[in-house]
Amino acid sequence: MWNLAPRRRNRGNDMTASDYNFAYLDEQTKRMIRRAILKGVAIPGYQVPFASREMPMPYGWGTGGVQVSAACLTPEDTLKVIDQGADDTTNAVSIRKFFEKTAGVAVTEKTAEATIIQTRHRIPETSLTEGQILVYQVPIPEPLRFLEPSEVETRKMHALQDYGLMHVKLYEDISRHGEIATAYAYPVKVEGRYVMDPSPIPKFDNPKLESAALQLFGAGREQRIYAVPPHTKVVSLDFEDYPFDPSKAPHPCALCGAEDTYLDEVITDDQGGRMFVCSDTDYCAGRREDAA
Amino acid sequence: MYVAVKGGERAIDNAHAWLAEERRGDTEVAELSIAQIREQLALAVNRVMAEGSLYDPDLAALAIKQARGDLIEAVFLIRAYRTTLPRFGASHPVDTGAMSCDRRISATFKDLPGGQVLGPTFDYTHRLLDFALAAEGLDVPEAEGGAPSDTQMPHVTGFLAREDLIQPEPEGADTPRDLTREPLDFPADRPLRLQALTRGDEGFILSMAYSTQRGYGRNHPFVGELRIGTVTVEMDIPELGFAIEIGEVVLTECETVNQFTGSKTEPPQFTRGYGLVFGQTERKAISMALVDRALRWEELGEDNVGAPAQDAEFVLYHADNVQATGFLEHIKLPHYVDFQSELELIRRIRAEAMAGQAQEAAE
Repeated sequence: MWNLAPRRRNRGNDMTASDYNFAYLDEQTKRMIRRAILKGVAIPGYQVPFASREMPMPYGWGTGGVQVSAACLTPEDTLKVIDQGADDTTNAVSIRKFFEKTAGVAVTEKTAEATIIQTRHRIPETSLTEGQILVYQVPIPEPLRFLEPSEVETRKMHALQDYGLMHVKLYEDISRHGEIATAYAYPVKVEGRYVMDPSPIPKFDNPKLESAALQLFGAGREQRIYAVPPHTKVVSLDFEDYPFDPSKAPHPCALCGAEDTYLDEVITDDQGGRMFVCSDTDYCAGRREDAA
Repeated sequence: MYVAVKGGERAIDNAHAWLAEERRGDTEVAELSIAQIREQLALAVNRVMAEGSLYDPDLAALAIKQARGDLIEAVFLIRAYRTTLPRFGASHPVDTGAMSCDRRISATFKDLPGGQVLGPTFDYTHRLLDFALAAEGLDVPEAEGGAPSDTQMPHVTGFLAREDLIQPEPEGADTPRDLTREPLDFPADRPLRLQALTRGDEGFILSMAYSTQRGYGRNHPFVGELRIGTVTVEMDIPELGFAIEIGEVVLTECETVNQFTGSKTEPPQFTRGYGLVFGQTERKAISMALVDRALRWEELGEDNVGAPAQDAEFVLYHADNVQATGFLEHIKLPHYVDFQSELELIRRIRAEAMAGQAQEAAE
């Protein structure tokens, strides 16, 4: 019959920090995730299977990143969450609130002040430093998936370092379009071994994958974790005669004037009016403060 | 002037408040109680328990209420709750042969020990809207023989097994892998496949099963037996040193009898498909048995004809509706960074192509 009283405290909406373990996940689960992370760090670019849990937000909303962040967070950490480069997009707000509630950690919008940054689709413009962790939300971790749908086959291809199919795809792009027609989630080779999907970041961000920070990638629905340890070599795939080109819109930011940042295009009217502004809101705001 | 998308936090709070108001609906109409949902929408409750992998009718009813009747959302609420519960042990395998059956039918034998028991089924109702139901407060006549039968009801496949007409199933590992505690990997053995199927989306499993009937990996099933009823759950208690009954669950079990032509070394024998699902969920259980049978092509030495239902990766990776709906619906989240990079790419490629055309025209 109706006897929920002893369990009621565990329900989502009225949850408080005391009802759940620190950072939501129980310690056994965190240990399992940390083992996967350590394995990932030991084999850069290799996708480690892990027993992803259902989280109180839907798959596709960053459950992989949230689980990795939860396993990494300590009470002393300062967390920053961005989506599309911005701290104030709704899903970034939602994830930041989740950890404020379940872990009670300090949060910030300043890239330099954060110890852990969870991101969707961007790498911050401000260079990351040693001791920082960048956690990516990954939808499809397998860079070969759209060339070969079977997981059994793609794991075999990685094991044999059989990446011919990927090079053929890039070559076909060039013959058809005159350039490599991949604008985001541009594949990279990590430390000369594994081809890796850097998550759907614009290829403009690819050079920043070589970083002083630890980069962790979590794919919740696909149950995979992978990592790029600090100062690991990360090379975007290309050809000698068609070198990798991290392109961006050929404009300066309309707000801060930066010419070296990734820009969002904002439609301002229905007459074709548009403006270009920094996708990284913290970076843009910081530049405007400095200028003021 | 461009206004940044600020105020996400306030927007979220307001949206949640509006959602709560919509969930309640017109306050002139009495609020649904959990007990009403549990008792009067029992098949919805069963589906949520089955796909949520948590046997708790009250929680499932609560989830349905909170989800405004969106069953996939309710399944998700149950899954997210379930995953926070510690796994402190495992029960003994339940004995479905000793099930106290509400319903038990066989499509392969006209009569059999224990008999055919229709039970509370829609099967022979005429699907005519019963306008009398719209008037509330009508007395419901008590059904004759409504109590579950205590007659012995041995499994139909047991009769076939006595003559060696049906393939025996090998004993599995003592503790099968737990899909909710380990990542799915391939090749997936049968216990793992069955776990994925029983919590898989009813609509997906149904369509996969249907596709096998229409010729995509046909496996010609007979419903050897379909039974719905209550089984007891027993568990070893270390402090006691023996197993005790910790509760009862209602299950639907379907065993199909399928053709198998035999091979050079083995004479022909029937083969099995198996479905076992929480609650009264017979559409799901029958579908599960058909898909289980289709996925067994390799171990039974059949040809892979390339049918979707034969492809374990395809079926198991796409059967979970919580995963599917999450990934599908996430495309409504902002993607403007990616889209921007595509915009620039297509503008550049178009500009180059147009320049090329202009040059050709000039020449």
